[in-house]
Amino acid sequence: MKTKMLLAGVTAGVMFAGSVLASTLDDVRARGKLNCIINTGLAGFAAPDDKGNWTGFDVDFCRAVAAATLGDADKVNYTTATGKTRFTKLAAGEGEILSRNTTWTFSRDVDLSQTFIGVNYYDGQGFMVPKSLGVKSAKGLDGASVCIQTGTTTELNLAEYFKGNNIKYNPVPIETNAEAQELYKAGRCDVYTTDASGLYATMMSFDNPSDHMVLPEIVSKEPLGPVVRHGDDQWADIVSWVLRAMMAAEEKGITSKNVKELAAKDNKDKEINRLLGKDPLQGLSKLGLSPDWAVNVISQVGNYQESFEKHLFPLTIKRGMNALYRDGGLHYIPPIK
Amino acid sequence: MSEKTYRPGNYPDLPPPPGTVGVYGWIRQNLFSSISNSLLTIISVLLLYYLIDGIIGWFFLDAVFDADSKIACRKINDGACWAVITRRVGQFVYGFYPEAERWRIDITFLTMFVAFAPLLYPDIPKRKWLLYFSVFYPFFAFVLIMGGYFGLQKIEYSLFGGFMLTVILGVCGIVCSLPLGILLALGRQSNLTVVRTLSVCFIEFMRGVPLITLLFVASSMLNYFLPPGTNFSILVRVIIMFTFFSAAYIAEVIRGGIQAIPKGQYEAADALGMSYWQKTRFITLPQALKISIPGIVNTFIGLYKDTTLVVVIGLLDPLGIGRAALADTKWNGLSTETYLFVALFFFVSCFAMSRYSLWLENKLNTDKK
Repeated sequence: MKTKMLLAGVTAGVMFAGSVLASTLDDVRARGKLNCIINTGLAGFAAPDDKGNWTGFDVDFCRAVAAATLGDADKVNYTTATGKTRFTKLAAGEGEILSRNTTWTFSRDVDLSQTFIGVNYYDGQGFMVPKSLGVKSAKGLDGASVCIQTGTTTELNLAEYFKGNNIKYNPVPIETNAEAQELYKAGRCDVYTTDASGLYATMMSFDNPSDHMVLPEIVSKEPLGPVVRHGDDQWADIVSWVLRAMMAAEEKGITSKNVKELAAKDNKDKEINRLLGKDPLQGLSKLGLSPDWAVNVISQVGNYQESFEKHLFPLTIKRGMNALYRDGGLHYIPPIK
Repeated sequence: MSEKTYRPGNYPDLPPPPGTVGVYGWIRQNLFSSISNSLLTIISVLLLYYLIDGIIGWFFLDAVFDADSKIACRKINDGACWAVITRRVGQFVYGFYPEAERWRIDITFLTMFVAFAPLLYPDIPKRKWLLYFSVFYPFFAFVLIMGGYFGLQKIEYSLFGGFMLTVILGVCGIVCSLPLGILLALGRQSNLTVVRTLSVCFIEFMRGVPLITLLFVASSMLNYFLPPGTNFSILVRVIIMFTFFSAAYIAEVIRGGIQAIPKGQYEAADALGMSYWQKTRFITLPQALKISIPGIVNTFIGLYKDTTLVVVIGLLDPLGIGRAALADTKWNGLSTETYLFVALFFFVSCFAMSRYSLWLENKLNTDKK
């Protein structure tokens, strides 16, 4: 606990010293590149393609912020971080954004002095079973053996959920995700449980993915989102409104294909006009962004739906909780006015 | 029947009875000498046949060497899908270093052998001239790899990765830790209390802390200790940590060598009136280093393989590149191929080091011949 406080204190000190020098936006503009901290490799969220370009859902968000601030989505330096080093890398200034499927929790937000700017993916712990097991719901898992990573929050969630529903199970403790895949494939456990996005990625690595299924129950809350350092509200606003602009674009039906056309004409929906820079958006100059910021984001990266479908549909991930509120999901953004 | 007779002492050597020499004889004696032996042989041959057939089939005959994705691989054949390697070989070798600038790495790597040749092979012709190049080489390599001078494009360290990163970390660590290790070993044997205490503290601390901890210190804690703005690259920080860590081990290996030298040698040197440095240079070190070669190379090979630990602080060495490749939905699930390829790379490099050490041992082994 003491070391944690010390760490937080030093972090705050470093960040205070950093914020005195210049605003984050000025730093990024002066450098001409955005530094973005991403995962070292997670299917659908961040992975290099054969040519060495990073792609993925989290990577798209870095590109969107670069498009809004620098006008070019390709002006991003990617720094990879593991789960253990990500926060210190952000605190030490190795990146302006941490876009690395990071769960928003109280202590990370408050104790580590960071700002979570929103949720770009609602994840949660789920269960994967072979279809041959004939189970349609987690409630039918009575007596099943479950592969579970020890020492994680998933272990606790599992125990709580099964105890709450009066279900008996045999835990098969394992250390790593790779080990779990092997045990599950070998039939040593009937069920594998971890974050749902991870389950889909694991399933796609099997030779016959269609023989397996993810059960509908999600037993924990894992809101994932981009993170910035405390202390620069302008930068936090920029990053959070880039995320909202992508969602607003989906809501208003603006896509990378029609955005130029919509930006050129006077639309009936004034919110589209304000978003695309046709009508003035009060306060935009305070953010230091040019009026075509959202056009750049949407034309170069796409709206939220396009990014989601491009990177997560190949993993057979459905929109589910990540649909817009009007489609029964959780993404409800403030109006652009 | 006419038996030829010989006088005593003149009997010629007859050929051995048929069936005991040659290939047939060897097989009969070693593989089919009894019923149980024969059975074992037949079973082993059958087992070997199935095993080798399966391995060769998976590795080569049924393998797919080029395809667009794992699914495309599986459509062609059901052996190994080496396409994940062939399509990404550039990434495995150079990481994310820009493609147009990769010649810089090639040149640095090739000239490395020129720079090392006079150090590794003392009999090489024109050694003196080559040695000048060796001294100049670190600066040359630094400028070429990092860029930023002489019109070369500056390359961010975050683009470094793959085998190139392993070689940079390994070579820098090895080259820097040997001299530091020698100094520490001498310091630990020194009569000067301050030098000895400092050396002992350094060695014991570095040996007592896991390398992963040091890497975390390099990646996270150093940022807090240094004043903000002094942002020297994580690569340099990691190299320093590797150097310190392996220097502590080298120091202990060399100390073992120093202590193996008979006391009479020192007394003779003292009797000849040699100064401390003369004694060290002409008596202690030549013998101590020769004795410690296997231990030193052992430490180096360990260090080289430990470079894979940088994965935990987010640097993408070959193992990291491999994992990132597996995170690509196209190649998801080809872990066997990826890890085998990385293992092959490490085996080749480490085996070469071990062979060199054997050669050097034989060459320097003058007193026991």
